[in-house]
Amino acid sequence: MTTAADAPAVSAQHDGSTILVAENVTMRFGGLVAVDSVDFQVSKGEIMGLIGPNGAGKTTFFNCLTGLYIPTEGRVVFDGAVLPPKPRKVVIAGMARTFQNIRLFGNMTALENVMVGRYCRTTTGPLTSILRGPKFRRDEKATAERSQELLDFVGLGGTAEHLARNLSYGDQRRLEIARALGTDPKLLLLDEPTAGMNPQETRQAEELIFKIRDLGLAIVVIEHDMRFIFNLCDRVLCLVQGRALIEGTPAEVQSDPRVIEAYIGTGPEDAAELEAFEEEGQGNA
Amino acid sequence: MTPQSRLLNPETQHRLHPTGRLIALLGGLLLVVSPFLAWAYSSAALDDMTVYGYPSPIQFFCLALGVILLGLVAASWRVKGGRFQVGWVRGAKAAGTGVLIFMILIIGVIALELGGLVNVLWGGWIAFLGAIAAFIGTRLMAAEDRLPTLERATLPAWLEILAIAVVMGAVLFAAAYALNLDDGGGFVIFLTFVGTVIAVMLRIGAMGWFSAVSRRHRQVLILAAFVVAFAFPFTQQGSDANMSIATQVIIFAATAMGLNIVVGLAGLLDLGYIAFLGAGAFTAAILSESAFSTVDWHPPFIVTILISGGVAATLGLIIGSPTLRVSGDYLAIVTLAFGEIFRITMNNLDGTDGPLLTNGSNGIPGIPGFNLFGFEFDDPHTVLGIPLGRFSNYYFLLLIFLAFVILVFTRLNNSRIGRGWVAIREDEKAAEAMGVNTFGLKLFAFASGAFLAGMAGAIKAHADISVTPDQFVFLESAFLLAAIVLGGMGTVLGVLVGATLLKLLPEKLRFVSEYRLLAFGLLLILMMRFRPEGLIPSQRRQLEFHEEDEELAERIEEEVEETGALKGAGAL
Repeated sequence: MTTAADAPAVSAQHDGSTILVAENVTMRFGGLVAVDSVDFQVSKGEIMGLIGPNGAGKTTFFNCLTGLYIPTEGRVVFDGAVLPPKPRKVVIAGMARTFQNIRLFGNMTALENVMVGRYCRTTTGPLTSILRGPKFRRDEKATAERSQELLDFVGLGGTAEHLARNLSYGDQRRLEIARALGTDPKLLLLDEPTAGMNPQETRQAEELIFKIRDLGLAIVVIEHDMRFIFNLCDRVLCLVQGRALIEGTPAEVQSDPRVIEAYIGTGPEDAAELEAFEEEGQGNA
Repeated sequence: MTPQSRLLNPETQHRLHPTGRLIALLGGLLLVVSPFLAWAYSSAALDDMTVYGYPSPIQFFCLALGVILLGLVAASWRVKGGRFQVGWVRGAKAAGTGVLIFMILIIGVIALELGGLVNVLWGGWIAFLGAIAAFIGTRLMAAEDRLPTLERATLPAWLEILAIAVVMGAVLFAAAYALNLDDGGGFVIFLTFVGTVIAVMLRIGAMGWFSAVSRRHRQVLILAAFVVAFAFPFTQQGSDANMSIATQVIIFAATAMGLNIVVGLAGLLDLGYIAFLGAGAFTAAILSESAFSTVDWHPPFIVTILISGGVAATLGLIIGSPTLRVSGDYLAIVTLAFGEIFRITMNNLDGTDGPLLTNGSNGIPGIPGFNLFGFEFDDPHTVLGIPLGRFSNYYFLLLIFLAFVILVFTRLNNSRIGRGWVAIREDEKAAEAMGVNTFGLKLFAFASGAFLAGMAGAIKAHADISVTPDQFVFLESAFLLAAIVLGGMGTVLGVLVGATLLKLLPEKLRFVSEYRLLAFGLLLILMMRFRPEGLIPSQRRQLEFHEEDEELAERIEEEVEETGALKGAGAL
């Protein structure tokens, strides 16, 4: 798959240990095969892109990864164990996600939103909450401090006390990432993190994702913005009609004629169309 | 903070402002003078309003409203500038509207009680005319452009604490006075007076100032509130009539506060909550030393209360674990059915249709009072030379219980668990995807609410002497829910106010008891139309109902920034 020239650069990004492995994942709904024997793996400290035209099975595959669906065939192993089909257990196992359409708790402050993310990593019970015992005070302090740290990390440190609904669109996306980071994930799934963003916000998002990668987290990104995904990812998987069309470095995927065909459609070798796509691939924002 | 009615456009209002002021001043003068005249033909209506030159208490309230109105109008005219914006005209408008309602009620009650408007003497009509003039005049005046900023004013700490003491003293006085009004009409008129005064305070900005002060001196406020509540029985001269009502109010309020956890925090609509109160009451009755008790074991008071709570919580878990998988309307229907099943079951545990536990529809009468370390709750006691009747004992106990419930509520609210509840209410899917144990938290809300209701039920069984299944009908659940919605979901103060109003009004308005449900329905419809977030809303809730109101969102955000996070948003 990888050319000899690319290999050292790619392996430098890997530290060898894979965190998420999908083996031969197939998902059928009745007669419809939404995902057809896809193999996939993500290593620590790696940014993996997931692309494909509409209806290619990206979301179904995403749901298989997050444990929302149990694959009809094959299996998904995260950090050495098969994921339980419950969103909450998936989070506890160390996989956090953001939503395509932002789903923050609008009437809570930014800080409180992140503190909700900390929920699954704290154990303060009702009794100590009522009695305000030492465990409560210790946990509450640690939660608030860690949440503030995460807000600072994504660049929202100054807006901790703002209501989430009053934040700007880009800030809301970032807050969602901070909330997901609050769950101490090993793998972060970003569902179209730049949808609706302007170029400047997209650039900031890119920087933020690199920053998160540098913490040692693995990241999976679903995105339509080709330029964004080719800048960002170490490897890209392109799904078409439920099948893995190609997996490789951005350069490989970008120049693969089958990818272009999948996006533009079959037909006569239309040079103008092909050129238009290449332009989109490099200049789309 | 409802939007100003815009019958007149601003230019007309500015043009008519001086005329309006003149009319309002005239109306105010009439209101001040008329209390010295006779209003009614016979002394049988309200209090004695037949005397010239000496106002009766109700006429005195009219005088007070007149003075307030005159003062506000004069202040809006003469007092200029100052560091803080005061809503003189806004206050005057509230006073004008309030005094009109006040006078309509008085004329109406006189006519009802004496049989016809002919019994209203000319003094009464002059006062009525004054009220109309006050209303029209103040409506014509143009309100201040800026909202009042009085809440930014600060005084020396001792003066602020004094203000809290004065307000609390006024509350105690008003409560004692209102409960002693036997006449339903007089009671409503007094409530209107109090409501008008509160509305005026709200509009001129004094209420904002007071809530800022109470934020600064939270401990003092809570202490003062409990001192006042504890002082209340001492104003009753050993009479049990009002104390019985007061205990009912507190039982109702404590139960509503438990339901508030389920509905207000976790956002689960529970229409069968009264069953948990019933479960606690029946458990306590069966374990009591009543001659009709069906069990031979009679544990002491504290054990009984805990067992009652435990039984109710277990019921909550049993009913909750299958039903909490559904949400919204479905949950409401299931809980409603559960409430009915509970009542019918209690009716059938009579020894013929089922095991003998509750004596069926006869219930368990003759429940003796608690005995706590030799203190007999059924005997009257004398403290500081003031006699305190049987219900006063339960009143004190219930007050401590209510404080406990409020403590549990606020502390759970301001914790990891409370954050989880709010997250579930805001977006359950997102909360679950963030690792919040949604099912467990919902179940815990159900069980803890049930536990508190069960404890309340145990005290209720002993205070009421007898427990029967028909005390726990669906209507009671509906009233509990209404108290929460009316007061403000998820708040402490709002639910206390809502519960007090809903329990007190029917007691005092026995003469309209046939229309009680009609009035109740009307009240709810009006609330839903004009103030869906409740009388004293929590800030989060207010935003939920006014999604589009960006001004409100920003104002709340400013407040949040000033006071630190939304800690216990509206907890007091």
